[in-house]
Amino acid sequence: MQEKSDLMRFIFGRLSLESIPYHEPILVWTFVAVALIGGALFAAITYYRKWGYLWTEWFTSIDHKKIGIMYMVLGIVMLLRGFSDAVMMRIQQAIAFNGDMGYLPPHHYDQIFTAHGVIMIFFVAMPFVVGLMNVAVPLQIGARDVAFPFLNNFSFWMTTVGAVLVMLSLFIGEFARTGWLAYPPVSELILSPDVGVDYYIWSLQIAGVGTLLSGVNFLVTIVKMRAPGMTLMKMPVFTWTALCTNVLIVAAFPVLTGVLALLSLDRYVGTHFFTNDMGGNAMMYVNLIWIWGHPEVYILILPMFGVFSEVVATFSGKRLFGYTSMVYATVVITILSYIVWLHHFFTMGSGASVNSFFGITTMIISIPTGVKMFNWLFTMYRGRIRFELPMMWAVAFMVTFTVGGMTGVMLAIPPADFSLHNSLFLIAHFHNVIIGGVVFGAFAAISYWFPKSMGFKLDPFWGKCSFWFWVIGYWFAFTPLYVLGLMGVTRRLNHFDDPSLQIWFQIAAFGAFLIFLGIMCFLVQIYVSFRDRERLRDTTGDPWDGRTLEWSTASPSPVYNFAFTPYISEIDAWTDMKRRGYQRPDSGFVPIHMPKNTATGFVLAALAGVCGFALIWHIWWLAALSFVGLIGSAIFHTFNYDRDYYIPADEVEKTEAERTRLLAQA
Amino acid sequence: MLMAGCNAVLLKPSGDLAVQQRDLLIICTILMLLVVVPVIVMSLWFAWRYRSSNAKADYDPDWHHSTLIELIVWSAPLLIIIVLGALTWISTHKLDPYRPIERISADKPLPPGAKTLEVEVVALNWKWLFIYPQYGIATVNELAAPVDMPIKFMITGAESTGMNSFFVPSLAGQIYAMSGMQTLLHAVINKPGVYDGFSANYSGAGFAGMTFKFHGMSADDFTQWVNKVKASPDAMQDAEYVQLEKPSMQNKVQYFASVDPQLYHKILTLCVQPDAPACNSLKPPKAEGEEGHEGGEAAAEPAMHHEQTMAGMAAPMPDEAAQPSSSDDASASPQH
Amino acid sequence: MSTHHAPTLDPSGFYVTGEHHTENGTLLGFWLYLMSDCLIFAVLFATYGVLNGSYAGGPDQKMLFDLPLIAVNTAALLLSSITYGFAMLEAHRGRKGAVIAWLVITALFGATFVGIELTEFHHMIGEGAGPWRSAFLSSFFALVATHGLHVSFGILWMIVLMVQTSKSGLTEQMTRRLSCLSLFWHFLDIIWIGVFTFVYLMGVLK
Repeated sequence: MQEKSDLMRFIFGRLSLESIPYHEPILVWTFVAVALIGGALFAAITYYRKWGYLWTEWFTSIDHKKIGIMYMVLGIVMLLRGFSDAVMMRIQQAIAFNGDMGYLPPHHYDQIFTAHGVIMIFFVAMPFVVGLMNVAVPLQIGARDVAFPFLNNFSFWMTTVGAVLVMLSLFIGEFARTGWLAYPPVSELILSPDVGVDYYIWSLQIAGVGTLLSGVNFLVTIVKMRAPGMTLMKMPVFTWTALCTNVLIVAAFPVLTGVLALLSLDRYVGTHFFTNDMGGNAMMYVNLIWIWGHPEVYILILPMFGVFSEVVATFSGKRLFGYTSMVYATVVITILSYIVWLHHFFTMGSGASVNSFFGITTMIISIPTGVKMFNWLFTMYRGRIRFELPMMWAVAFMVTFTVGGMTGVMLAIPPADFSLHNSLFLIAHFHNVIIGGVVFGAFAAISYWFPKSMGFKLDPFWGKCSFWFWVIGYWFAFTPLYVLGLMGVTRRLNHFDDPSLQIWFQIAAFGAFLIFLGIMCFLVQIYVSFRDRERLRDTTGDPWDGRTLEWSTASPSPVYNFAFTPYISEIDAWTDMKRRGYQRPDSGFVPIHMPKNTATGFVLAALAGVCGFALIWHIWWLAALSFVGLIGSAIFHTFNYDRDYYIPADEVEKTEAERTRLLAQA
Repeated sequence: MLMAGCNAVLLKPSGDLAVQQRDLLIICTILMLLVVVPVIVMSLWFAWRYRSSNAKADYDPDWHHSTLIELIVWSAPLLIIIVLGALTWISTHKLDPYRPIERISADKPLPPGAKTLEVEVVALNWKWLFIYPQYGIATVNELAAPVDMPIKFMITGAESTGMNSFFVPSLAGQIYAMSGMQTLLHAVINKPGVYDGFSANYSGAGFAGMTFKFHGMSADDFTQWVNKVKASPDAMQDAEYVQLEKPSMQNKVQYFASVDPQLYHKILTLCVQPDAPACNSLKPPKAEGEEGHEGGEAAAEPAMHHEQTMAGMAAPMPDEAAQPSSSDDASASPQH
Repeated sequence: MSTHHAPTLDPSGFYVTGEHHTENGTLLGFWLYLMSDCLIFAVLFATYGVLNGSYAGGPDQKMLFDLPLIAVNTAALLLSSITYGFAMLEAHRGRKGAVIAWLVITALFGATFVGIELTEFHHMIGEGAGPWRSAFLSSFFALVATHGLHVSFGILWMIVLMVQTSKSGLTEQMTRRLSCLSLFWHFLDIIWIGVFTFVYLMGVLK
């Protein structure tokens, strides 16, 4: 490579033509595919003149319902990327035997498993969780929107910009080769001098700001904006779990921000927080990142527990068994999740008493989790269970997740963990709880709330195909990993010497193929449902005989959600209203006060993305410029006092009359 | 057929420590199955029995509370966790890798005055260096020990490496190998044989090739093995170590007939190259000139106080001058 | 908060008629943000707690800290909290000019604080005791500079609020913004008391 001139280095920093990985055929083909699909999409939007519509109705929208849908789309798109990484790993591990080094050199393979973990957690699971809260929480508590609608839009774009940075690393430079938590010293300059870890740091920092702000946003929404009469113990369980999740977000994400900031100081300023020499202490990082990391897994799973609570009660046609127990169990898990982090590194040499303490606190979490499981079981007991898609996912979850919980307790016993730590048994365990819990939960929630968001149901046939491929595929893909773990096989290996292992990896690869079919069926399901939307149209607003307030509105709900704020006197408010003969009001409407759309969130996030990109490539002038632009735009936004408007009473009346007409048809 | 080809080493180990870990795993699995099996059975059974097409099943839409059931679903898991918790507390202390072993195997007590084999383990990019201080020899990527003799591993990482984990599944559990710090592992192998060993913590590009064979040998075979190593023409001094520390992948086995007795300690204190800035890393402050501050003799106490400040972290090695005694004192466990 | 016609329950008992106004959540939201910020400082304090003895052969606290200077610094910041308090009192009395005057004084105190801190840093780096010298110094600079950065942003924010107050007067929204900054400013004071005690006093007494 030619020595760059000072001017070129000033303008482009570390960036040069060599940063484009045109010599790696896999990446070139990926780029071609992405360019073709992206180009087609771009052309189609331009041809149908939809840019204006997308911009005014979606990108700048501060409506929680639309932001929720955008989060779900982000999660699904990133799922495709994260799953591609998974398939590449499974193929590599299925063939790299007997001296064959497979098709992925370490340099590439190590990026793939890092990207897989980062994407699945931060840009698939988190968007799903935050998206579902957006879709359901304000409706469930009878609110018109969240507490800070502008921040909500800003949070979404920050998350998206983080995802965009990760995607950019595919085609410009490279991603981290450190594992998804970027443990130092491997993530320090000594072993990762290139841009990979910097992509990691800045994409997570930018997305992290978004997550933190939406945590604050939903906490205030749930605390301050519940409809009159809805005391805490009358909140729907999903809202309860959302509340606990947001407490966890607000109390955990700053730690991630802090520890990544320290890592970036090590890399950018030359400090010695986590270096091997000059007094640095890498274990400090490991402790801090797991102080965030363990609450994080509960941030993902708690809302899904909420989803299953809603789904099981609704489709069993029965009130949730042990609501109070359920709430307390959720709160106990929330608190305990902060005092278990050390179980991720018993093998660090902390001493027996410390290890036992953290082992036992971990096991204690299984008590409230077990209680939840029994509560769902006894909700089904003496119910009338309709096996619609969400309920099928719920039953699959109960069976799958229980096994994952059991292997989790096995890992929580320190002496057993000394053998199982970092093994494929561990990998099988956390995929067991994350796929069995979070992914199944997300699919249950998508099929459950889809009609509420979009106005039509998802096609059940393709949904069932997807369901069976996913569930069977999961067991094919991860049971072999449990076995391999017991055979002493560790994680993140790119080739193997022992040929007797190969068959297990081949079975796992077959499982991944089944999951691939599951994902394809899901995409077909969305396409078919959109094509047949008139056949699948939900005119009632209450397609599942729902129990909570969101089902009292039209599908999709009007911009203002509720023409009049409901008054809540029971748990399962909507069931209660239906029983007591609720009549929709058809007159006396008043103008409704609503926030205005704004492009500020998009602009700020875009500037943050430019700033992150400039920092990754050491383009200091651009970083400074975009940072000043960011602060300037934020200040400029505070001078904008024109942020809300009134929906006139006659428009509300017209919307409600239309609903009355639809209901009469149904 | 599959199970025949499956060598689940964790379920059939050859070292007493690993055997006890296996037993623990099985006991706790059985305990948990007490809850897990009923849950799975009930999930499927309730789902089937109360399906909407089954008009014969009871339907009670308002039934949502039963004190008895609530009591059972809270207390049953609680009881199991109490048992498991007690088991955890006891076994974690008994099987603590820092604790010298107290028996050779279930039916063989430790003979009084039994000799312990000491091995100093250094993780490098991407290979293992094993130093036998009692024999003055060293090897790369090959480890051997006589059967039924207690072994004490002292484990660290080279200055330039990431965090590794030293693991021989047949022998005992794993423990991290970290630069500038020392961890300990006490173990014993009960059956002669050749076992797999590797790093169980990702440490960079060559990590997958960081494997070695651990040979459990009779006492005679072990003596012969030591002699074979001693017959090697190579020696391991600072210069050879600096050469060895350079990153390399898929390393072959190497023998070194002699080894600098201070080498391990120098690696641990990052002082193989005494002029390197890293060598100062673990030192207390030095009086910079005599510029009027009264500081300078602030002693070496600071390095040790880490253990109090953050439970759960291994303490960095204290300064050599301050802790001239054996390197055990600096080990990561708070219990010494 | 609202003075609109109070919403009343519809006779059916299912909903409220009129417009239902929820309480404004800005202060709660801002307070939650502060708690999360507090956790970032907790991380930095913990890091300093672990690394403050890792001198790597470099200078320690006694060689570096100049307590009289830090005392001046601390006094400036504490006084700025009091003057901000006066600004809030005036805001509740609705006296726009006085509010801006007190804000100017507060910002000047804040600038003094940042100025002294920068001088201290400059001096330390000149002596070869920059953040790259040892883990102790890394953690010291990270903690103190993060606080300093917060104060600097506080000053910038204060300037923005002065402009907005002078333009739009002490509206309900303006008072709310002033209250948020007030929370922020006092919060930084509390953090500084922690830094002063934990880093400087205990460092010199060590």
